[in-house]
This record gives sequence, C-alpha cells and structure tokens, in this order.
Amino acid sequence: MQNPYLPYPVRIDEIITETEDKNLKTFKFVFLNPEDEEKFSYKAGQFAELSVTGKGEIPIGIASSPTEKGFVKFTVNKTGLVTKYLHNMQVGDIMGIRGPLGNWYPWKELEGKNVVIIGGGFAFTTLRSSIVYMLENRDKFGEINVIYGARSPGLLLYQEELKAWEAAGDIKMHITVDATDDPDWKYNVGFVPTITEEKAPPADENTYAIVCGPPIMIRFTQPVLDKLGYAHDHIINSLEKRMKCGIGICGRCNIGEKFVCKDGPVFTLEELNNLPFE
Amino acid sequence: MKGQTEMKIIKIKKEAWGQGLEKLQSEFRLFGPVADKDGFEFKELAQGQLPVMDLGNTRLSAKSTVYPQTQVMFNYTLDESKEDHHIMKEVDLNGQPQAVIGLRPCDAASFQLVKRNFDNPEYPDPFWVRPYEQSTFVGLACDNPSPTCFCTSVGGGPYSENGLDVLLSREGEVILAKVITEKGEALAKAAGWDTDADENVFDERRDAAEKKITAKINSDQLKGKNANDLFSAPIWEDIAFACLNCGTCTYSCPTCWCFDIQDEVKGTEGKRMRNWDSCMYPLFTLEGSGHNPRPVKEMRVRQRFMHKLKYYPDKYDSDVQCVGCGRCIDLCPVNIDIRDVCETMNNYKPLKSES
Repeated sequence: MQNPYLPYPVRIDEIITETEDKNLKTFKFVFLNPEDEEKFSYKAGQFAELSVTGKGEIPIGIASSPTEKGFVKFTVNKTGLVTKYLHNMQVGDIMGIRGPLGNWYPWKELEGKNVVIIGGGFAFTTLRSSIVYMLENRDKFGEINVIYGARSPGLLLYQEELKAWEAAGDIKMHITVDATDDPDWKYNVGFVPTITEEKAPPADENTYAIVCGPPIMIRFTQPVLDKLGYAHDHIINSLEKRMKCGIGICGRCNIGEKFVCKDGPVFTLEELNNLPFE
Repeated sequence: MKGQTEMKIIKIKKEAWGQGLEKLQSEFRLFGPVADKDGFEFKELAQGQLPVMDLGNTRLSAKSTVYPQTQVMFNYTLDESKEDHHIMKEVDLNGQPQAVIGLRPCDAASFQLVKRNFDNPEYPDPFWVRPYEQSTFVGLACDNPSPTCFCTSVGGGPYSENGLDVLLSREGEVILAKVITEKGEALAKAAGWDTDADENVFDERRDAAEKKITAKINSDQLKGKNANDLFSAPIWEDIAFACLNCGTCTYSCPTCWCFDIQDEVKGTEGKRMRNWDSCMYPLFTLEGSGHNPRPVKEMRVRQRFMHKLKYYPDKYDSDVQCVGCGRCIDLCPVNIDIRDVCETMNNYKPLKSES
C-alpha cells in the first residue's frame, strides 16, 4: 500500500521574490530522486502539500506548468507558521512535496474553446500554470483572454512573463491595477470586475471563464459575468480552504458532502450553486 | 460474507477465560476495557490482566484500538550531519496482530462506517487500514442496554454481529462465544477454547435484549430531503444554543474520525504526528488569511449533525453515520441530544420550496 502522506524529498533550487512588499516568493524545487518527478505527474489547476520538515504542511497551488520539465514551482504568500519559515529558507535546503492533489481545470472540455482567465492578486499561480500550458498547446484553444489585476503594479506576480505574453500577442492580455501614480504605466487602471465588463468577450456556448481571486473580487465579478450572459456551467472557480490531509479523509474542508481538497478545488459555479453556501 | 464460517458456539468457563487470554498474549496484543480514573476505557491489557466485562459501555469508544488519539506518522532528523536529514521516514506499520476483547456491538459496527472513509479506493490510509486488518474483534453482547442506547434504530442491535469476529454472551461465570469469521475461529483455537456449547441461547437472549431498548430515532425522511434546505433551515440556532463547543461528543463518538497533522521537534529529532481533531473548534477551519468559513458555534454544530445525518448517508448511499451508542447524549454537559436533533431534521419541511 502506497503511503499517501509520505512527501517526495525535494531541494530548493531557486527562490524569486515576486512582489515589492516581499510577501510573495516563488520556490523552484528539484526532486532528490529523479523518478519521483514522473510520479508527480500533474495537470494545471492541481495543488500539492509543501512539507517543511519540523514545521508542517501547507496546501499550495502548482504554479509551474506540466509542460515545464525538470522542476516544479510554487508561489507562496507569507502568512502563517509554515510559510513564514519557508520564506526564510535558502537555496539548497531539503524539504518535501506531497501530491499532486485535487482536480484540475477541465482541459478536455476546454479544447477547441475560447477561454477567458480572470485573476486577482496572488491567486494567479495555477492561472500561470494554465496560461503556460495553453501557450504550449496554442492550436488546441480558440481565443484566449487574460484579465489580471493587483492593487498596484509592484504587487503583480510574474511581471516579466506578463510583459512577454502581452508582447507576443498569442493571447489577449488585460493587465490592470486598482490604482497607480506611475506616469509610465501603460496598462489598465481599474478593478478586475470593471475591466472584465470592458474586455471580456461576449458569452457563448464555446466560451468559458476561469475565475480565481480573493472573495471580494469573485463577489463583484459574478454579476458582471451574469450580465455578459455566461452560463453557470461555463464559469469555473478554484476554491481554498484550510486543509491537512489533502486526500478527502481528515474531514475539515468540506462544503456539504464535497471535499474541496479531493472533489475540488475546481468547481463550476453551477456545481457550487447546488452545494450549501458555506 | 467474506471469512464467514459455519456458526459455532463455544462454552468458556471462568478459569478457561483467563487462561485463554493469557495464551493469546503470546500471539496477539490484547485490548479491552480496564479501570481508568473514575471510569473505564479501552487499553492494552498487561500480561494476565483481565478485561472488565461487568460494567456498561466504556466512556470513550473502542476506536482508539485501531485509530489512537495521537500517533506517529513519520520520523525525521534535522541534524545536517546525517545523510537523510529533513527526509520523512516511515514508521513500521506491520506490527503484531491484535485482538479487541469486550467491545460492544455498537463500537464494532462503527468500524464498518469509518472504514468507508479510511479504506477508500483512491487513497487507502495505511495508518488505519493496517491495524484494522491486523485486528480480531471479540464483542460482548449487551443484555442490559442503557436508557440512551438506540442501536436498533440505526441498523444495529445488542446482539448484532456486524463487524465482529466473535460474539460473547455472559451467563454468570460462564461465557458463551459465537464464532463468526475465520479470524474468530483462529483466535478461539489459539486461546484453546474448544468446548462446544450444548445449546444455542443467542437468538432467545437477543430478542430479550432488543426489547429492552426503548430509545429510538427516525431518520427515514432524511434521504429525501434537500441538503441545502436542511443547511439553511431555521433550526440550528435553537439546537446550538446551549452548546459549549467542548468537543466531548466528537471525542467520545465511535464514528467521528477527523484528525489534525502536526510536527513535533525535540532538539534535532522530529516526528510528524496525527491527532484526533474536532469540528467543534474554531481552529478546525481557520484559514491563514484569517478567514473562517465556520466562525460561530451554530455553524460548527450544524456541520457535526449534517455530516452524520445527511452528508454521510448521501455520499455513501447508506444509513446515518451513527451507531446509537448514546455516548454523546450521556456525556454532553448541556444535554444536547442527537435523537432530538435527528427528529427535528427528519420532520423539517421548508416553508417555501422552489422545487
């Protein structure tokens, strides 16, 4: 019997500070046993438990794409006991990764479809994974729009990649910030729901929205998508909860009879409408 | 049924009982109810120690014999001079076979309910499944059920054989043992219990014991109800009003399985531990951001009852996640009674139904 709680040992290969407030760092991990990379075969949208030996585990979305080989990447917000410790760790340190866990964005269903990605703040990690994956498989998808916002330019994740995607033109990028006093800012200014209303393509049978961000962004983006006519089975959300086991056993992350860790974290809005509001 | 054997009834006299248990200890770790402070609990029996068989049910359930309140999952060292520093090492789960002696049919049935969670097809949990597979369950029938027992309305009974390998029934100093499975047969053989009983009194005693159980719950309407209707029903404030969120119900419950995972370090040596947790506590769901999806006790109480009486039956297409042992009723300091809650849920009709 495989022990589903046993993490794969990994080494920190690179640490990148992503945001000007230094609260978000991207950790690039390399598996100590190369065969573990095969076992950790994942799809964009899944997460893993990062295991900091001596401190504990944290569930974090996978920021690298399955098309990127030789490493896995996670972007971590400094919040609690484990993340604060992790932020002080160094390249070369040994820790663990357990996963991949949960479901993923419905890539089969999305093939041949238009996709609009709507993201806010540091919830952009599995969306980065998705964008890189779609760019590597560009001919499999229709029009791709990305609406991504943060409070200020310095709080956007993956800034170099955002600019490169914008410049390459394979996808329509709509970068936005709530406000800025930077006179050279050449992208949008405005909240994500506002920019969504302006830039999102009209709804149709072949267009899906993937929405991932802080609760307030989701709350105010929803009426906009309704107004644009997006059907609730065409709106895809990724949820967060406090988790421990990550495999639907320890009992804490349920919404009704569904476990966010195992039955999710990806749900369509239609699925969520049918669950208790919790 | 797998491992089913032709029903055999054995007579065990007082001396043979003690001698047999002692014999078993060369092969099995034995667990049974023993005195603990002002009550009695399931513990590992010392050499020659007899389980307490003449009191009622233990305060805590027998779940700890397979699923301890706290257990080590992995060991590790933080000492960087060691080659495998910071790497989790598995503990050996292939321990000695064990036998749980004197558990009541309600507790035996609870393992069958909990099994669906831990022995699931996708991620079987070795920390539960291994000890479970290595266990032989020797139950003790209840001839004097307590007033809060309601096993008969949740698919069980004072003589139920569900989840048991052997069922014992006492008559004065003599114990009659009904051998139910091959595991049970192997245990009886190892103990040297081989005197055939001359008559089968089990059916007769079962009928008498079942008649003594008067408490019951009705859950027949729950299946047909909409989970969202029950969730948003205006019943939870009243149900939760007196609750202290002490967690006694969840710790004493044989079918509560929620756990926490924590790292513990002394010097350079560490362990990853698993501990029972409780949905009654705000920390259970508190997120790093400060957000808590269940910030008030009403929501936590609702989660406990919805899980047991609605989510579980819906998820597994089964009866409720309750074996009717009555512990949570006995031990609740503010008299919250799952029978009343179940009745309220079972009778609830939404005022305006959209469907």
